[in-house]
Amino acid sequence: MSNIGSYEERVKNFDWSISEKELGYKKGAVINIGWYCSDRICEQGKSDKVALYHEGFTGEVRKYTFNDIRLASNTIGNFLKKLGVRDQDRVCLFMDKIPELYLSFLGVLKIGAIVQPLFSAFGDESLYVRLENAGTKAIITQRKHVGKVRKIIDKLPGLRHIIIVDHNEAKPLQEREVAFNLTKEEPVEKLEIFPTRAESPSVLHYTSGTTGQPKGVRHVHYSLISQYLTTKWVLDLKDDDIYWCTADPGWVTGTSYGIIGPWSMGVTQCVLDKGFSAESWYKFIEKYRVTMWYSAPTAIRSLMKAGDELVKKFDLSSLRHLASVGEPLNAEAVIWSEKVFGLPFLDTYWQTETGCMMISNYPGMKVKPGSMGKPFPGISGVVLDPNTCQPIEEPGRVGLIAFKPGWPSMMTTYWNNEEKYREKFSNGWYLAGDRASIDSDGYFWFIGRDDDVINTGGHLVSPFEVESALIEHEAVAESAVVSKPDQVNMEVVKAFITLKPGYEVNDDLELSIMNFIRKKLSPLAMPQDIEYVDSLPKTRSGKIMRRILHAKEWGEDIGDTSTLEDE
Amino acid sequence: MEDIKDLVLNYVINEYQEDEDDEITYDTPLISSGFVDSFSMVSLKVFLEKKFNISIPDEEATPEAFDSVNKIVDLVNGYLEKK
Repeated sequence: MSNIGSYEERVKNFDWSISEKELGYKKGAVINIGWYCSDRICEQGKSDKVALYHEGFTGEVRKYTFNDIRLASNTIGNFLKKLGVRDQDRVCLFMDKIPELYLSFLGVLKIGAIVQPLFSAFGDESLYVRLENAGTKAIITQRKHVGKVRKIIDKLPGLRHIIIVDHNEAKPLQEREVAFNLTKEEPVEKLEIFPTRAESPSVLHYTSGTTGQPKGVRHVHYSLISQYLTTKWVLDLKDDDIYWCTADPGWVTGTSYGIIGPWSMGVTQCVLDKGFSAESWYKFIEKYRVTMWYSAPTAIRSLMKAGDELVKKFDLSSLRHLASVGEPLNAEAVIWSEKVFGLPFLDTYWQTETGCMMISNYPGMKVKPGSMGKPFPGISGVVLDPNTCQPIEEPGRVGLIAFKPGWPSMMTTYWNNEEKYREKFSNGWYLAGDRASIDSDGYFWFIGRDDDVINTGGHLVSPFEVESALIEHEAVAESAVVSKPDQVNMEVVKAFITLKPGYEVNDDLELSIMNFIRKKLSPLAMPQDIEYVDSLPKTRSGKIMRRILHAKEWGEDIGDTSTLEDE
Repeated sequence: MEDIKDLVLNYVINEYQEDEDDEITYDTPLISSGFVDSFSMVSLKVFLEKKFNISIPDEEATPEAFDSVNKIVDLVNGYLEKK
């Protein structure tokens, strides 16, 4: 029997108080995610239960019980307090998927500070704009990434502490740097948990938009209420499960469902900090007897590419439930997973801003391959007519995905950007920025984004950010960045470039531009295709018309070109 | 042969090594150790194609084939021999 039981019954009788009761939370009381994910589980008698199996790329395994993560997060929290970090200060986590990342997440929350997780592959420019915007006070990182911090530190006077978790003692620390080696610290048995309330800020994740700089999505401790219940009902986690969420906690899936969801339920999870290969993933599932696996379409399509025969070489019989997130899961992938694993990957839809799953396929509910599923109980999800902002009643008609605000993990603002936050609402609805239709059975079907943001491998990339970085390259005069179809990543970044006088197209130039963006922004933002053009399509007022380039890439009608400069 | 190996190794060190304490050798795992991620593999592939004037089909550019300098050189040599 699944945790959710009958979806229809849950919808009829739903109230978020179901989650509040299970978590023992009463309105107005203290609610601290760090405590809920460690101390509370120990108080339930699960101190010795394994919370985390962590395997690094060398094969080294580190194991932590719930008592271990309680102590480690206490120790990290205490260390931060001694440095002068206070409640609501922003503490950035800039690490690979090492145990310190997971443990620091809880430690920061326990002292009431705000966690700002950032993807460790970000280049120095991406790192800078996010730290600058958040006014970050401390950053916890590894020595392999500290070089990027050193490059930008002069521009960040408010960044007071650079904490290195694996400092090489043979080398001197530089300005504002401090070494912190968890294994050498005396574990702190008792830490005063900061009395955060429902509305206290907890996590600040950055997400990319079409225009302007990335936006800091601010969540609060009360988000636990919906993250806990969606984990329980959609991921169907149970006490004896071994859970594997493949997402990186630099992104929201890796925190909402790679830390908060499983640990607030006291469930054992495992983490593989190793580059992708189909064989190593299957080996990992076999070795840890993974039962619930939450992954992403890009990874699933890469597994499909590796072939069916490889699957047969491993004992994957422990798997009992699979789910996917990040971008629409194509019907072929659902059908393939049912064929090779005997289980379909169930698609889930949500965003950094929503903090928890909003539309999902549920255990026990009929799966329509390629569909996003139905709104989570308690979530009022619709598609709106783009002109009237009224819900569309007619099945199959495409509109804007929208939700009635009020669920617990809804973002509370964009950091320092209330105006952009307000723009996300219309006629009383939160606009997700995606388009979909709803069929006569109530299933949602994804169509595409409603803006120019590129979803590559489940990560959002802002064309504006890439274009801004491109023109800093010495050879680039102008650029326009759009998505291009890709079999594995759904979309990849493509750049159209005009060169400055005196520069010519050659092999070295293409590589130079690619690597320039990779290092400055991130590998995700690196154009995987560059097309050199004499000029870019512009409106008469000089604005680049990305949509024309986008339409060409996707083989779509280019639409109205009456405002085009040369028309 | 050595020239190709060193060329590839130097490129990998210059472009992908972030921590100077890390040692990258001909056999160091590149993909599985996280030195090169799947997105960055694209620029590595472009480097190889341009430098050696070869074309590596996407299905051959797998994480396994790119997982060390030695493996990359084997792959490149295979294409050079066909020329």
